Amino acid sequence: MGGRTIGGGIAGVAGAARDPRAAGDAGPGAASTTVRIHSVTTFGTVDGPGIRYVVFFQGCPLRCRYCHNRDMWGRRGGREWRVLDLAADIERYAPYLRPAGGGVTAGGGEPLLQAAGITELFSLAHRLGLTTALDTSGHSTVSPPVESLLDECDLVLLDIKQMDDARHRELTGVSNRLTLEFARGVARRRIPLRLRYVVLPGYTTDPADIAAFGEFAASLSGVEQIELLPYHAMGRYKWEAVGARYALHDVDPPTAEEMHRIREQLAPFSVPVRMPEVR
Amino acid sequence: MSDAIANTQETVWNSEDSPWIGFRSGRWVDHIDVRDFIQRNYTPYCGDAGFLAPATDRTTALWEHVRELIARENEAGGTLDVDTETVSTITSHAPGYIDRDRELVVGLQTDAPLRRAVMPKGGIRVARKACEAYGYTLAPSIAEIFTRYRKTHNDGVFDAYTPEMRAARSAGIITGLPDSYGRGRIIGDYRRVALYGVERLIEDKESQKSSVEIGSLEEGSIRLREELSEQIAALAELAELARSYGSDVTRPARNAREAIQWLYFAYLAAVKEQDGAAMSLGRVATFLDVYIERDMANGSLTEAAAQELLDHFVMKLRLVRFLRTPEYNELFSGDPTWVTEALGGMGTDGRPLVTRTSYRMLHTLYNLGSAPEPNLTVLWSSALPAPFKRYAAQVSIDTSSIQYENDDLMRPYWGDDYGIACCVSAMRLGKQMQFFGARCNLAKALLYAINGGRDELNGIQVGPRFEPIAGEYLDYGEVMEKFDFFLDWIANLYINALNVIHYMHDRYCYERLQMALHDRDVYRTMACGIAGLSVCADSLSAIKHGRVRMVRDEADTVVDFVFEESGRDEIAMFGNNDDAVDTIAVDLVERFMTKLRKNRTYRNSDPTLSVLTITSNVVYGKKTGNTPDGRKAGEPFAPGANPMHGRDKHGALASLSSVAKLPYEFAQDGISYTFSIEPASLGPDPGSRVANLVSLLDGYTDEGGHHINVNVLDRDLLRDAMEHPERYPQLTIRVSGYAVNFVKLTREQQLDVINRTFHTRM
Repeated sequence: MGGRTIGGGIAGVAGAARDPRAAGDAGPGAASTTVRIHSVTTFGTVDGPGIRYVVFFQGCPLRCRYCHNRDMWGRRGGREWRVLDLAADIERYAPYLRPAGGGVTAGGGEPLLQAAGITELFSLAHRLGLTTALDTSGHSTVSPPVESLLDECDLVLLDIKQMDDARHRELTGVSNRLTLEFARGVARRRIPLRLRYVVLPGYTTDPADIAAFGEFAASLSGVEQIELLPYHAMGRYKWEAVGARYALHDVDPPTAEEMHRIREQLAPFSVPVRMPEVR
Repeated sequence: MSDAIANTQETVWNSEDSPWIGFRSGRWVDHIDVRDFIQRNYTPYCGDAGFLAPATDRTTALWEHVRELIARENEAGGTLDVDTETVSTITSHAPGYIDRDRELVVGLQTDAPLRRAVMPKGGIRVARKACEAYGYTLAPSIAEIFTRYRKTHNDGVFDAYTPEMRAARSAGIITGLPDSYGRGRIIGDYRRVALYGVERLIEDKESQKSSVEIGSLEEGSIRLREELSEQIAALAELAELARSYGSDVTRPARNAREAIQWLYFAYLAAVKEQDGAAMSLGRVATFLDVYIERDMANGSLTEAAAQELLDHFVMKLRLVRFLRTPEYNELFSGDPTWVTEALGGMGTDGRPLVTRTSYRMLHTLYNLGSAPEPNLTVLWSSALPAPFKRYAAQVSIDTSSIQYENDDLMRPYWGDDYGIACCVSAMRLGKQMQFFGARCNLAKALLYAINGGRDELNGIQVGPRFEPIAGEYLDYGEVMEKFDFFLDWIANLYINALNVIHYMHDRYCYERLQMALHDRDVYRTMACGIAGLSVCADSLSAIKHGRVRMVRDEADTVVDFVFEESGRDEIAMFGNNDDAVDTIAVDLVERFMTKLRKNRTYRNSDPTLSVLTITSNVVYGKKTGNTPDGRKAGEPFAPGANPMHGRDKHGALASLSSVAKLPYEFAQDGISYTFSIEPASLGPDPGSRVANLVSLLDGYTDEGGHHINVNVLDRDLLRDAMEHPERYPQLTIRVSGYAVNFVKLTREQQLDVINRTFHTRM
């Protein structure tokens, strides 16, 4: 089969087990960090440009009430993988991922909790000719490991949950101060940045909230676009599966009109706004 | 014809009254060689779709009329009308029209649109049942003739079937065999009629017949002489058919309109004579483009007019109907005719075979709306012109009506003038035919191996009696040994059954017209198939990697299986790009193909294999008990080579990669994969959706995947997916940042998720 090349430095990976289950048998190789992941999906089309291999990292410090990946909160769930083995798995799909700027997206859960491992992964991805994207809440100080990670990021997808700090705490359990500071840090480093805003009727849709968000986006240089994500309840069953109570039973996804109205409210801030097609 | 300027490589025909004026000559002048004609005369097109013309008013009005008829047909329970008085032949029916003033391409199977014909040579009982299923009564005279005076294919087959074959059929280990319906899987090279005219083709057949005046005439040559005589008679009837519609097809077509009409008359003659399960069209677009280009160069055709001709042609193809029984409709639901047209592909000389008419054919899906017929199939290579790739992807997203096959994979086997019969089966046009063999039930074969040949649902000894597996737990080594033995038995039974079927079909229901449009010597394959590959692979994986306990009934038959130690979730399942189970699936294909090859076949045909089920995955599922992978009795198999519903956990690319490992070398009749996706899950905006689908197709092709049917769900399909998620096994719903875990949901929850997607997106 044509088209498969191995970048320099990843030659050791080629000998590594194709079957991630045999991670322990992958032979001597260089020492590699391990990471804890919940799952991966190979056909990511809405988590950055092109087709992307999306890794859902286990563990998250936030406690968002509308979370659709509730089973990724705990630090001890999921499975451990050597980063080298994860990269070897990604390499199998590289011919699909390389065109149109595709590559790897690190999401979860909160990837910043495993910054060192992801830095190594992103470095390997670059050697495979793939782009890297970080899908994060930004809830972290920009420590040295996070700085190293940002050095390997081609794109940052950052969730701004709520501009009002008090309401942010109610919604996510934490303050938004670190997130906003993280955003400024990314912008200062001139890394392409996309801000995501989950439209949760009654919680994040107040015109004042929208205006504050628009202002914040406009204040940062290098914001490629704002992505409006309509709230959905498809992750609700995951709460039930871990025996937790889902608090937002009475909330419906936003209507098409609401989505359009919010987009209009953001127009004055001159940042391109994207949202899923609402027919 | 002798006015050609000789001696130059690129001689241009310039005799004023020759139908071939302007064509570059070549071997095709003196020999029937359509490929040579195409190679010397076609114009590759590497531009975009901007030139395409919308439907003319005439087309729209005509199509409206047709749609009304189709609506009435649906209201009438699926069949509008049946001619119960006439045995259908090439010349049996008076000309029929939809709207004589508007149709640019004429010809119907009977004297009225959507009026179905009786074709009893396949089987008289079947013909009678089909009539009765729709409230009609077959004419007593026809029933009498085909019961007392003229034997049918079906009668012949059952005269020769062994008791073992009958038992295997009713148990459902081999079923869907063409023993009571037309076998299809033959593509006449209909282009020959347009290029050469019938008179020249008859001359050629006469000289073929003379070549079989040899020293010793034995069975093979006697049969060939008879067949050639039948072919000649059929060609004469084709000319008569065309005459009744006012056309003289004894001479070559002179322009694009005639080329399309002549070609269609040839196809029409085929579907008047035969009701094969698949009556595919071939690879006509690039051929027709030569005529269209010539007409446009000499100013006699505009783009709108060219598109109009093709729209009218395709309309006719969409009107093809056959009279079927309800049992047939279970196996092949939805009234399929598989009028498969192969578009694009690369020439062996490296030039793309994409022409403007390749675009025009796809464009009919916009001008006439989407439809499953003709079955438009794009022969894909990553080397195809980028604009064509993008256009095809766009058409997929807008209409969900195309399928794709790997031209890079097939070209070394079949060259650059092959068509696709039915869905996935390649064959060289005019040089090859397939003995269609439906498929055998691999999953049930595994159960037979466990139960010593005794059927797990009805307790009957169907297979050879041997030691069933004793004890409590399944041991992989023991299972494989017995399974291997069993596969030898089923391969032998299967080939023998097919030998009977095809012997009788040649004898009682010979495809005269279609074979008239073939060379004298035809390469034949015995096209076998398997159903339940992923069920079987997952079952063997469970046995190998887990601990599976057998549950027996009072008669000691193993009827159920229980996982111990690990749950099903822990065991490697096909569709996750995991060699632990994928190698098992690959081995099954190689193993079974090797066993098929050990048997002697009718007419020394070459056995081939497909991993394809059509909708028989449901029928087979009903006839198969609980399997060791955890599938419950009666549950459908996955279609074709698809992983079982819900077992792929790593996304579409992992699923595709598992399927791409299946070796085409051992499955040359095709490997079918259906991919269902919701448009927004292809990408955040229209441009990226097209780009991502192209990347997916390029990647899959480069990996060696053979076939992919891309089902981009619109409202209606999504509604169907709500009711039957098992029909959309790898349904891909993507929401940013969200990990979908369908496998953990109950059916209710799955319906709920799909419902919400429907709601959120729409």
